[in-house]
Amino acid sequence: MPGSGRHERGRDEGEPGRMTPLLRAVIGLSTLVVLALAAVLFLPGRGAVHGQEAQEGAGQVQQLESGAQLYVQNCASCHGSNGEGGPNGPSLVGVGPANLDFQMWTGRMPLAAPNEPGYRQEPTLTEAQRNAITAYAVQNFAGPQPAIPQVASSGDLRLGWELYVNNCAACHGPSGAGGAIGAGNVAPPLNAVDAVRMAEATIVGPGTMPAFLFPPDQLAALTAYVTFLQTAPSPGGISLAGVGPVPEGFIAGILGLGGLVVVARWVGRRHPS
Amino acid sequence: MRRRRAPDALDRRPDPSPTPDPRSQGREEDEEPSELDRVVGWFDQRTGAATYARTALRKVFPDHWSFLLGEIALFSFIVLVATGTFLTFFYIPDARPTVYEGPYAPLSGQEVSAAFESVMRLSFEVRAGLVMRQVHHWAALVFVAVIVLHAARVFFTGAFRRPRELNWLIGFGLLFLALGEGVTGYSLPDDLLSGTGLRIMYSAVLGIPFVGPNLAYLIFGGEFPTEGLISRLFVFHVMLLPGLLIGGLATHLALTWLQKHTQFKGGRATERNVIGPSLWPVQVFKSVGLFFLTAALLAFLGGMFQINPVWSYGPFIPYVASVPAQPDYYVGWLEGALRLAPAFEPVIPIVNWRIPSTFIPGVLVPGLLFGLLMLWPFLEAKFTRDKREHHLLDWPWEAPVRTATGFAILAFFLIQTLAGGNDVLAVFFNMQVETLTLIFQITLVVLPVVTWVVAYRLCVERQRAAAHPEAEAPMGGVALRRSALGGFEEVEEA
Repeated sequence: MPGSGRHERGRDEGEPGRMTPLLRAVIGLSTLVVLALAAVLFLPGRGAVHGQEAQEGAGQVQQLESGAQLYVQNCASCHGSNGEGGPNGPSLVGVGPANLDFQMWTGRMPLAAPNEPGYRQEPTLTEAQRNAITAYAVQNFAGPQPAIPQVASSGDLRLGWELYVNNCAACHGPSGAGGAIGAGNVAPPLNAVDAVRMAEATIVGPGTMPAFLFPPDQLAALTAYVTFLQTAPSPGGISLAGVGPVPEGFIAGILGLGGLVVVARWVGRRHPS
Repeated sequence: MRRRRAPDALDRRPDPSPTPDPRSQGREEDEEPSELDRVVGWFDQRTGAATYARTALRKVFPDHWSFLLGEIALFSFIVLVATGTFLTFFYIPDARPTVYEGPYAPLSGQEVSAAFESVMRLSFEVRAGLVMRQVHHWAALVFVAVIVLHAARVFFTGAFRRPRELNWLIGFGLLFLALGEGVTGYSLPDDLLSGTGLRIMYSAVLGIPFVGPNLAYLIFGGEFPTEGLISRLFVFHVMLLPGLLIGGLATHLALTWLQKHTQFKGGRATERNVIGPSLWPVQVFKSVGLFFLTAALLAFLGGMFQINPVWSYGPFIPYVASVPAQPDYYVGWLEGALRLAPAFEPVIPIVNWRIPSTFIPGVLVPGLLFGLLMLWPFLEAKFTRDKREHHLLDWPWEAPVRTATGFAILAFFLIQTLAGGNDVLAVFFNMQVETLTLIFQITLVVLPVVTWVVAYRLCVERQRAAAHPEAEAPMGGVALRRSALGGFEEVEEA
């Protein structure tokens, strides 16, 4: 049931205007064309939104141009043509690149349909497209802060664990499996998010999640620990979704008790007299 | 029954093993006594065991698979004792803080309790430690489930009736001991999840009117969290409760032995006999096979499926919580009861005592239901005015009220158990927790009633069908009957 059963996972996320399927198909097609163009033209300019000095010259200009186009196609109907917001979406003035990048990277934006809450999914825009939109928005109204954070590739795991259990585990679970946090909100699983986006989430505080002010060493430790949870082998056999006794109980009941009943029926079949 | 040696074994010397082999007991007198005979004879002259063994080996076991459920519970318990003994070699029942310095990097250098540290060492450093821990945990989960299924078989077939009421009560005592073992064992690793569970238990005890605080202090040794709790739980888990369990089990089995087995109707079975193969050789081989198959299945679960990864929960820190937080499923009904109960705290007028909200769902209602089940043999005898001895079992449909009540109570506990995982199920079914909770709240009231009525009706229909087989015939109650001479005739519905 598309739409009906979706959780609202972020309240501050806006919605685009209504689009007919035809219009969406047109947009989809043109997006593909732009994607192809972008892939050819802007590959050297990918690092532009990572806070580094943008590449000089035509690359940057073209990225901004395509960003403007993509913004109009994907964002403007709700957020307004200058990011001023509207009845369907909040203002993007001054939200900063970290926010834009996070929302698009995690697939929450752009919405598939207006009035549909954003939720964690595979991003619908390519990296080049996302970067183009971010560059355009930052240039025109979104402002430079908060910037997309630089995250050290390694950190103190023990400190990361401590920060995680104190700040994150209450919603995302000790193993990062996510969980329900009431009122239809769901803390998404952290198994497929990269370090930069984790850091962005702590800075931005998307949806019901609060924003945190971790200094760089703590941020590095935290992202290192979550990356450890994602990648480190967890011994003991098949991990049952990392959500503890509920799936364990089902396994015990179905495989354990069920298996033993089968065994009992087999061993206890009537003795030929 | 005297057993003869197989002809091809006549001139072979028996294995001079010192173990008394029951096979040698019925040997022909005129043969040259073997080494084995001498050893067995030596014991027999001093204990007189042969007479008893001869009777015991001929004991008859009814032939139905459901009679093996109790045995499987016993075998799970044996696996629990074996793996648990291994675990005690490495476990340290001490809440004193120590620094973890093992191979699990995120906790290395972290201050944890000695208990948690030892469980980490058991899981990562002790050879086969993790698989032993996991087999132990899975065996505990399966143990309780098998006990419940065994009890359900006894209940629905009326096996608890006179003269077996006492054993029914002992069985319930064993179930409570098993639950106690589960809860104390679940808490021993002193990880974040089990600490949360203890916190809830502490609050539930605290919520018992009048005596709650004193009782909680008595059990926990002060205000939660207490330093002494882990060692107390350990003594309960490895000495007191298993001691009582073994004693209770022995009594349970001895009474079964003395009162003899019940059996299903049919064939040559009557109230005065027991029909089935004897202990030797059939039942012995069945039981030995069953033990190994049970152990194999538990080892399979322990080896294949991760359970309670304590490293991922980390040590218990009183001010930290994690989600989702559930107890093991066998106390899930209690968790569910607390999650479903409305915030209702009645104040007793005049004395002005407030009944805490945990008491009614967490103590009173389950107390009444367990009480009803335990007293069922006596209540049934009273209300049906049937105080005779019963050794032949009922089929469930032959006692509609009993069957309907049993299923209604099972439905109640099932809904509570599922509700204990409402947040996990909400994510799984892509629903709001609040919606699911409301559904469970309604189901908790409605489903047992519906179950009762449906089960009752089904039983009555089945009885009718059994009494008048023709009534089940199709085509408006017309049935064909074959006469003794081979002809066919139409039979109208009676």
